[in-house]
Amino acid sequence: MPGIWVYANVSPGGTVEGSALECLTKARSIDPDVAAVALGPGATEAVSTLGRYGARRAFVSDDPVFVDHLAQPPAFALFQLVREHRPELVLFGPTYDSRDVAGRLQAMTGSTLMSNVTDLLAPDYAQTQIFGGTLVVDVALSGPDPKLVIVKAKAFEAEPVEGAPQPEVVPVAVEVPPELRRARRVERHAEAAAGPKLEEARVVVAGGRGLQDPSNFRLLEELAQAIGNAAVGATRAVVDAGWVPYSLQIGQTGKTVKPEVYIAVGISGATQHLVGMKEAKRIVAINKDRDAPIFQVADLGIVADALAILPEVIRAVQAARAG
Amino acid sequence: MDVVVCAKYVPNPSGVPELGPDFRLRREGVEGALDPGDEPGVEVALRLVEHAGGEVTAVSMGPEPAVAAVRRALAMGAHRGVLVTDDALRGADVLATARVLAAAIRRRPFDLVVAGVESTDGSTGTMPIALAEFLGVPSLTFARHVELRDGLLVVHRQTEAGYDVVECPLPALVTVTAGAAEPRYPTLKGIMQAKQKPFEQLFLRDLGLSPEDVRPTQEVVGVEPVPEKRSGALVEDPAQAPAAIVELLKDARVI
Ligand SMILES: Cc1cc2nc3c(=O)[nH]c(=O)nc-3n(C[C@H](O)[C@H](O)[C@H](O)COP(=O)(O)OP(=O)(O)OC[C@H]3O[C@@H](n4cnc5c(N)ncnc54)[C@H](O)[C@@H]3O)c2cc1C
Ligand SMILES: Nc1ncnc2c1ncn2[C@@H]1O[C@H](COP(=O)(O)O)[C@@H](O)[C@H]1O
Repeated sequence: MPGIWVYANVSPGGTVEGSALECLTKARSIDPDVAAVALGPGATEAVSTLGRYGARRAFVSDDPVFVDHLAQPPAFALFQLVREHRPELVLFGPTYDSRDVAGRLQAMTGSTLMSNVTDLLAPDYAQTQIFGGTLVVDVALSGPDPKLVIVKAKAFEAEPVEGAPQPEVVPVAVEVPPELRRARRVERHAEAAAGPKLEEARVVVAGGRGLQDPSNFRLLEELAQAIGNAAVGATRAVVDAGWVPYSLQIGQTGKTVKPEVYIAVGISGATQHLVGMKEAKRIVAINKDRDAPIFQVADLGIVADALAILPEVIRAVQAARAG
Repeated sequence: MDVVVCAKYVPNPSGVPELGPDFRLRREGVEGALDPGDEPGVEVALRLVEHAGGEVTAVSMGPEPAVAAVRRALAMGAHRGVLVTDDALRGADVLATARVLAAAIRRRPFDLVVAGVESTDGSTGTMPIALAEFLGVPSLTFARHVELRDGLLVVHRQTEAGYDVVECPLPALVTVTAGAAEPRYPTLKGIMQAKQKPFEQLFLRDLGLSPEDVRPTQEVVGVEPVPEKRSGALVEDPAQAPAAIVELLKDARVI
């Protein structure tokens, strides 16, 4: 039986990673026969959420082998499942773990794997955007099923289905051979900042090399705090320079954000940065170079020395909220 | 130890990429080079053998001019270079690339394969992991710190929230981020020596592969411009900036 599958990252407690819900929502608009695959601790608890977003079947295993040994065990299990059930298409979110599983699976099945997908018109017809989101490319997928697609974050809005039934639960009983357990996750370190998550904040205040010095990021934190429900982000240039942790990076190799307001401070507007933020509802850019490319996507452009005006801006926002 | 490093050739890495009439990236007639995203990988590979002894082989798949990418890696210090080039590889997708590189790498024993996290022009970020699967080795991806500890590969793997410490025995494959190591500049001596180093150019048949094995599975059937967003107001008087920003935040109902 064909149908569309979504590979869903879950965490203990049953939380489903956001892009999997976006994929489920898209999948059911193409074919009602949607199944989710959830492997690792939290999978069973995640079933009702998976169902609410459109999964009619859920293949689950709570076995920690699927997260403790990185991509090989889940890719192996997924391969067994697709060989048995033959879905037409498998969708993956862009998380690191999902990408690795998708990459391994394509080598096992010999299927096509398309990344950075921004829309899906049929199981074998996808779109992506290139050159900083200035061109849409239509791509026809061929070769053996299942077609494999990695969807760009926030390409689709996740929407639950009214009164969806509990999905049929199919336990995954796959014995992972020891040679696929050679890689091990030894420790986890969280560097997440206080305040709302970058992907969920209504306002994102992001800084680039134009801030001159890592200590000036403090000004962005103050601005974010003054606005409230705002998170601080950054360009790759300042992440690579070690000013701020990678978890703050926005763009092609970082996070994709879609806030109500995006404030870009001392950011030139390289295409790799723009793809991660240009879908924001409103964009404010502060840059001292009036020809900076960031101004081409800005609703409000401020040509100024950011360090000189930020304290004034913070005061004005505080005053507006107080008044 | 024997380390293989992937050295992708990109046309015009800093300039604006162009599409040809066949909707493929134009790779000819433009000044190409080693993908800047692969330079940290070359650096990591060199440091590992400088420490543990052994040789670094730079491997690339691409058109004839891709020899420039291999040469750059050799000039940085890699010991030997391999370029796979073939007319049948035009428009090769991730799967074909991984298949070809796996066949090229398998010709000699190796302990570690190093690749970039994603290429500047392809940006699929999935070629190396497919390569690891074809080679039958474990992989540690998104590494921002790489070291060998008692023969064990230990990596700080970037995550959405921070980083994980992950490890595996060799042979293995690792993908490194731009922050993993500051790439060295080739010295003049390095550039001169690069010309003397062992270099092989291979065709598909040398790898026992046929055009059928690398047939593309993705065909671009159309390209349209995304409707451009009109740019908005530009405020050039800094004194007006705070009020303009406050007004926008109020319009957006976020304050
Ligand atoms: C494969 C690949 C992936 C990438 N992925 C990402 C990604 O995910 N995210 C990302 O952000 N980048 C990414 N990049 C890097 C990207 O190409 C740019 O190099 C980067 O975004 C530039 O960061 P920046 O704007 O902080 O720095 P710069 O480009 O150096 O810009 C600094 C800006 O600050 C302005 N400025 C200087 N001083 C002041 C001042 N006092 N006040 C106001 N303005 C000032 C300058 O006019 C300039 O416009 C990627 C690149 C590659 C090749
Ligand atoms: N044609 C190629 N030749 C050599 N290495 C490659 C090639 N394509 C991809 N790679 C490697 O794989 C990484 C990820 O590429 P990609 O999957 O295209 O984003 C790159 O950074 C390179 O290290």
